[in-house]
Amino acid sequence: MTRKIRVVIAKPGLDGHDRGAKVIARALRDAGMEVIYTGLRQTPEMIVAAALQEDADAIGLSILSGAHMHICPRVMDLLREKGLDDVLVVIGGIIPDVDIAKLKAAGVKGIFLPGTPMQTIIDFVAANVRTRVEQV
Amino acid sequence: MKTVSAETEKQRWEREQLEPALKKSPERRVPFTTISGRAIDRLYTEEDLPGFDYARDLNNPGEFPYTRGIHPTGYRGKLWTMRQFAGFGTPEETNERYKTLLKAGGTGLSVAFDLPTLMGRDPDHELSLGEVGKCGVSIMSLADMERLFDGIDLGGITTSMTINSPAPMIFAMYLVVAEKQGADWKTLSGTIQNDILKEFIAQKEYIFPPRESMRLITDIFGFCTTEVPKWNTISVSGYHIREAGSTSLQELAFTLRDGIEYVQYGVDAGLDVDSFAPQISFFFNSHSDFFEEIAKYRAARKIWADVMRNRFGAKNERSWKLRFHTQTAGVTLTAQQPYNNVVRTALQALAAVLGGTNSLHTNSLDEALALPTAEAATLALRTQQIIAAESGVTNIVDPLGGSYFVERLTLDMERGAREYFEIIDRMGGMVEAIEQGFPQKEIAEASYLFQQAVEKRDKIIVGVNDFVQEDEPPHPILYIDDTASDTQLARLKDLKKTRDNDHVRSTLDALRQAARGQENTMYPLLDCVRSYATVGEMCDALREVWGEYEEVPLI
Repeated sequence: MTRKIRVVIAKPGLDGHDRGAKVIARALRDAGMEVIYTGLRQTPEMIVAAALQEDADAIGLSILSGAHMHICPRVMDLLREKGLDDVLVVIGGIIPDVDIAKLKAAGVKGIFLPGTPMQTIIDFVAANVRTRVEQV
Repeated sequence: MKTVSAETEKQRWEREQLEPALKKSPERRVPFTTISGRAIDRLYTEEDLPGFDYARDLNNPGEFPYTRGIHPTGYRGKLWTMRQFAGFGTPEETNERYKTLLKAGGTGLSVAFDLPTLMGRDPDHELSLGEVGKCGVSIMSLADMERLFDGIDLGGITTSMTINSPAPMIFAMYLVVAEKQGADWKTLSGTIQNDILKEFIAQKEYIFPPRESMRLITDIFGFCTTEVPKWNTISVSGYHIREAGSTSLQELAFTLRDGIEYVQYGVDAGLDVDSFAPQISFFFNSHSDFFEEIAKYRAARKIWADVMRNRFGAKNERSWKLRFHTQTAGVTLTAQQPYNNVVRTALQALAAVLGGTNSLHTNSLDEALALPTAEAATLALRTQQIIAAESGVTNIVDPLGGSYFVERLTLDMERGAREYFEIIDRMGGMVEAIEQGFPQKEIAEASYLFQQAVEKRDKIIVGVNDFVQEDEPPHPILYIDDTASDTQLARLKDLKKTRDNDHVRSTLDALRQAARGQENTMYPLLDCVRSYATVGEMCDALREVWGEYEEVPLI
């Protein structure tokens, strides 16, 4: 079965700074992926429900507020509960060095800091989504 | 019959000097544009300012339309206020940072609140998970406000508070703390941001729908004219519009058009324009394109003076004068080679000073990584002090006035802003434009174009897409753990056990009642605050009456 890569881009937590989320959503779409942007103020439960409903291959979380150590592990737990462990999870935002190893241990595959080229993120998603998806 | 116009002086120069020079050595093959993409000619002369009129377009400092500044003495009289935005963790931790900044020569306070406070949620709400005390200080009730300003004389300092949707609640808390300290509201001075339109447009920290939000703002206008006459009731902000990715022109146009909307709503609410307009101030970004930014500030003063005098018929000169705070552009800070940010910030700060800013915040070098350390925050303040004391730019008022290039840019910014005003006026106003997603779409488009220019390396960012350094050593940062969150959650439980909850309920009922009718909401809010109702409870009471705004996400 082949189809376009489906990506849910989400802004969890209370923060409304959505410039990064919108730019990356548009870049992934322009690169040929199906992008579902959830909008603002999503709880981990809402994000996982969106991934399930949209049959997402990847979830991109944009977090600038410092809440990543609470939000990401919760998203990963919920994905496992719903049997969605093969969904690729990446985050972009302001993430201190000391948290990167912990987030990777929790199952977050890609962590993109300020200044990352859009192409790097596009390539990473394309290379790391579950294999049944056609590569763009 | 064909008339042959004589060659102009600039054309003669192009023929005699430029063309041979270009043949010998062509110009660099890079786009000569401002950071907003505006094409820039290689030379500006008086020919670029046809019909320029000194009295109409510039005039002297302190004279209408104030293009050269609102004070006849510029910075020779009073320097700009060095106001460093700060807040994190518990009120006690932030109180300590304020005392450090004041001791280092800071001349005003500026409060950064955490996201739960900004969004009107108590720390025990599910969306507050992991956010308490992270991006600013956590303020739940009057008790926290008392801790925040402990040992700081509110009658003797000006405080700026970056708060929007819950601005009336936080302002009421500030007033009650001042009252308890024995300060007189009539002489109290400071600023609340209180600018909801740019939240819908850019930063997205809204709670209530636009029209109900505007009512809270006109309530504050009305309340302050009689109760706190020196307070700056709103800081109409372009900063966040720019950070969201707008161009310099869009920042100027949308911000001033927001200003027009607030004045119009105030007038429509029955207020005399000169009773509240002098307390409206502005807040701009200072981005990296030096001259474009300077032109933006000069154009802003000129446009506002005209709008207030001619569109609104204001008679008081203070209503005509645009006063503004500036913050250097957070979005230009890079996580790579963070020390480069000191240089960026210094240049941006200099542009703000040359543009005549009345108040300034300089960002810290580590803010693309975390909230600033105390050392980084001190260096940022020192940057301003060096400009003020050592560069010599404060000796003269509007040193760039009369520069062919700066005057051309200033006129073009003005014209561009007026074109945007026409579009928005045709839509029925800024509230209507926001409801149609107009400014949001303009900004999203500009930010995507900018990102593409960076990707293509049409725009160079040192350390990011050129002059890259591999294997940078990690930079020391301020790490905010969950201690503040634990403290605040425990305090919230304790507060709800120890206060008079029946009294809290009755003050909240009175607030709901006012929201349903026409009564000024500030008075019942002051009672809620005195009863130690929380920010979350006060906002929830209004949510019940007015509902919450939800935007349609656009990409």
